[in-house]
Amino acid sequence: MYKNFFKYLISAIFLLGFSVNSNADFKVGFVYVGPTGDHGWTFQHHEGRNAVEAAGIKTTFVESVPEGADAERVIRQLAQSGHDLIFTTSFGYMDPTNKVAKDFPNVKFEHATGYKREHSNVSTYSARFYEGRTLLGHIAGKMTKTNTIGYIASFPIPEVIRGINAMTLAAQKVNPNIKTKIVWVFTWYDPGKEAEAAQALIDQGADVIMQHTDSTAPVQTAEKAGVWSFGQASDMQRFAPKSILTSIIDDWAPYYVERAIAARDGTWNQQDTWHGLKEGMVAMGPYNSAMGADLVNEVEQLQKDLASGKVHSFTGPIYDQKGNILVAEGKVADDGMLAGMSVYVKGVEGDIPK
Amino acid sequence: MALYFFTPFIAIILTILGGGIIFYILGFNPIEALKFYFITPISNLYGFSELLLKATPLCLIAIGLSFCFKSNNWNIGAEGQLTFGAIVGGGVALLFYNQEGFYILPLVILAGAIGGMIFALIPAILKTYFNTNEILVSLMLVYVSKLLLDYLVVGPWSNPEGFNFPETRQFSDSSRMPLLFEGLRIHAGIFLALAAVMLSWFILYKTYLGFQIKVSGLSLKTAKYAGFKGKTMILVVFMISGACAGLAGVGEITGPIGQLHRMISPDYGFTAIIVAFLGRLNPFGIIFASLVVALTYLGAETTQIFLQIPKYTGQVFQGMILFFLLASDYLLFFKVKILNLKKNELRH
Repeated sequence: MYKNFFKYLISAIFLLGFSVNSNADFKVGFVYVGPTGDHGWTFQHHEGRNAVEAAGIKTTFVESVPEGADAERVIRQLAQSGHDLIFTTSFGYMDPTNKVAKDFPNVKFEHATGYKREHSNVSTYSARFYEGRTLLGHIAGKMTKTNTIGYIASFPIPEVIRGINAMTLAAQKVNPNIKTKIVWVFTWYDPGKEAEAAQALIDQGADVIMQHTDSTAPVQTAEKAGVWSFGQASDMQRFAPKSILTSIIDDWAPYYVERAIAARDGTWNQQDTWHGLKEGMVAMGPYNSAMGADLVNEVEQLQKDLASGKVHSFTGPIYDQKGNILVAEGKVADDGMLAGMSVYVKGVEGDIPK
Repeated sequence: MALYFFTPFIAIILTILGGGIIFYILGFNPIEALKFYFITPISNLYGFSELLLKATPLCLIAIGLSFCFKSNNWNIGAEGQLTFGAIVGGGVALLFYNQEGFYILPLVILAGAIGGMIFALIPAILKTYFNTNEILVSLMLVYVSKLLLDYLVVGPWSNPEGFNFPETRQFSDSSRMPLLFEGLRIHAGIFLALAAVMLSWFILYKTYLGFQIKVSGLSLKTAKYAGFKGKTMILVVFMISGACAGLAGVGEITGPIGQLHRMISPDYGFTAIIVAFLGRLNPFGIIFASLVVALTYLGAETTQIFLQIPKYTGQVFQGMILFFLLASDYLLFFKVKILNLKKNELRH
């Protein structure tokens, strides 16, 4: 009997949450893993939120939410306090998002970079960052003098390995002698560690540095050492104006605006979105004039071809490190293979940490 | 003496006033902002459950720390003991990931407590036998334990079906703390905290060991003249402290989290130091202090949601509580007198 009493009480609390919802005060909530001023991952999500706000929709955000026990409470509080659509912008929010979604069937949830959609009100979305890596690989292959590219990697998850492979394949196409050296830092954001990793790669002969981490430390280290680098997540040019050749920019704004309007107008559906250069979710920063007009033209053409689908980042033949064939000649890797990628292609040095 | 237990309340009132002034300077209605900070988070049953959930690890760790601090042993590494306890407890939970059984959870909890205890013994043994500074050793060991956890969840213990994401498998239901109410996250771990409160009161005020601890805290020389075995006592207080922190860690991973990953604690081990002192190292004071400090976490979230005030206000409030507490202690124990001395008089 008591059990039922609590059940009703709790449902009543949840219903209280819904009762304040109406179309007139439609609200969108955002949960960020970092501070809005990180100049990388969270900064770009915050820019997306600003675009939603500019479209005339009320928004709320909570920053620096740890990916542990606190995330569920923050997401639930947003759902309870009358938010109709909630974006949870880090992988670690996957389970909490699905858990809260179960209790709030009328609230829509959008989880970035995850793969679980356990309830019909949960969508997932991510960007085909690897298409940007293909462009970086092309530039790196042309710009390197030492034929060694240094790569600062965060965690050995498919997304990161996909980026390493896409970059290496594109670089090999313009420069067959390319070697990719990798330092795993096991963090998304730690300026100290990232700077050390960049320096270690430079000491090993890398003259192009790229990163799959969020701080501006690697590009600043590259600037000091006089080697090339690429910005990550947002346009980092002003942090290393001489060194940065271009940046991969995550542009969430169009997607956020589109989904917010759909949720407001009642046309929101569950989906798994994976957008790239074509839709503009992945964009490129300004190109460094040191690249020369010819190379810039080549890269812009390649960008158009990737966007139109004429060129695919993973076109066969692709071999793994031992020389086994991964993708046959004339074939392209399908999304399933890309989503689970867990081996290096030929030309990458070292082993994936296990 | 009554004032001694009263100053924490003065500190809290001053913190609320200080917070109100900060909100006012930021351009918010201070009354409304303070309402969102201190009332809104616990205005319903869910919020109240979250408050207890957050206070549970803080209370457990602070109880343990009170043994160390009362006896003049400065264990600053509770965060490391929490992490190591979670590693050992989590390791046992992972051993049984595909099994059911009533005995699994007790085993996991026990393993967590032993893990924390062993980790706290390192600074204790180094202090007693090699005269090292326990503040430095225990603090440095925090980083050791965090790096070990990083290594385990990325490498050998990572979920084989988890696409290399830095996390372990989900624990089986048999290694999870039972929930007290359906739909709320408050779990049986709160009974561990309450048991620790009772037990610590009993040990500190009703046993010979408690007497030794208090005497050593008041005067180490007296303790020596009285013939207390100082070394054993140091080992024991560190073991108690470590076991409590280990329990807090295991309570988090078997409670709300359900697996091991890199973010199992938002620095509970450090925040608990504030809790221990705000609670005057008194078991019942610590209950009260853990609830107040837990509220500063929740309030920071609600004020950001409702007023978009940055979440870091939580840290500002915690800092203010500690500052006002230390300041009022200073004024309590020292008389402020304005002296009118000439320069050469000062030399004498």
